[in-house]
Amino acid sequence: MPDAESWVVIPLYNEATVIGDVIAGLLPSFPNVVCVDDGSSDGSAAIAEAAGARVVRHPVNLGQGAALQTGIEYALEHPSARYLVTFDADGQHRVDDAVGMVRRAREADLSIVFGSRFLDDRTNPGLIKRVILKTAVWVTNKSTGLRLTDAHNGLRVIRRDAAERVHLKQDRMAHATEIVLQLGNTGLAWQEYPVELLYTDYSKAKGQSVLNSINILVDLVVR
Amino acid sequence: MLIQILLIAAILVIGFLVIRNPGSDSHLAIRRLLLLGFVVAAVLSVLFPQWLTWVATLIGVGRGTDLLLYALVVVVLVFIATQYRANVEQNRRITQLARRIALLEARESESRAEPTRHSPDGPTGGQG
Repeated sequence: MPDAESWVVIPLYNEATVIGDVIAGLLPSFPNVVCVDDGSSDGSAAIAEAAGARVVRHPVNLGQGAALQTGIEYALEHPSARYLVTFDADGQHRVDDAVGMVRRAREADLSIVFGSRFLDDRTNPGLIKRVILKTAVWVTNKSTGLRLTDAHNGLRVIRRDAAERVHLKQDRMAHATEIVLQLGNTGLAWQEYPVELLYTDYSKAKGQSVLNSINILVDLVVR
Repeated sequence: MLIQILLIAAILVIGFLVIRNPGSDSHLAIRRLLLLGFVVAAVLSVLFPQWLTWVATLIGVGRGTDLLLYALVVVVLVFIATQYRANVEQNRRITQLARRIALLEARESESRAEPTRHSPDGPTGGQG
């Protein structure tokens, strides 16, 4: 059944080959899909619009964190948006997981549900990625005081009360730690939920490079 | 040697200043005072080159030119640090500006698409 009060927010940057399918997969479950086009140069925005998403366009490229914040603010302008679902544009998240997370948020009266790929063994990120991610988890837990099993997982469900207290200042990748910090500081109820990440050749090719984790660390320490 | 202590202290202070949130006005004042001191020192060392060498030997550096080089390194570091900060602040403003434009445009195209229903909650005021 379509869920009109859960709005999906997708930061979108140069994903023309996959974004159409991602949106087509989401719409039957979530009729309100917001794509924040972050200055794509490959026509991603037009494809997203044609696929049936609401498209918010950044006039210049700002970074994924900035796009996420814009999407959150846009969705919150609509009174019908009770839950926000943050979702990646590259097709590595499963719509079923998102549906399950919203259901969990409703049933357990949670403000925040974090997707985690490490709660079960469906996802196999490979050794190097696992080491980097676990380091990111450690840094995130150290700096936020929460105890998460996954970090930098783009699939989250955020209820309006929590989303209104998110003000991301990290324009680039470090927002993934910042958002955990800000959500943790709200003191609202949260849980993790096991999700599977689909590592396609496409998402692997586009994924975070090892060097970028250094950028994230610097962004977090030097503000 | 005294110079080593001075240089390490200077570098540490700069590193600290980069990480610490600058209290804009007092920060600016300190920067201006430092610049003033720098100008005075520069003029003095032009007028009395021996003075620089005298200070250099006093703190354990052989020649005045060496001291000048060290001072230059520190000044470059300060410059990088301040530029980095200014750049971060600049980016933050660009982000806010771009976000405002994006949201305005989205609202506009939305109210055009649904002419019967005006934009859901009208133009909203300031943003966070």
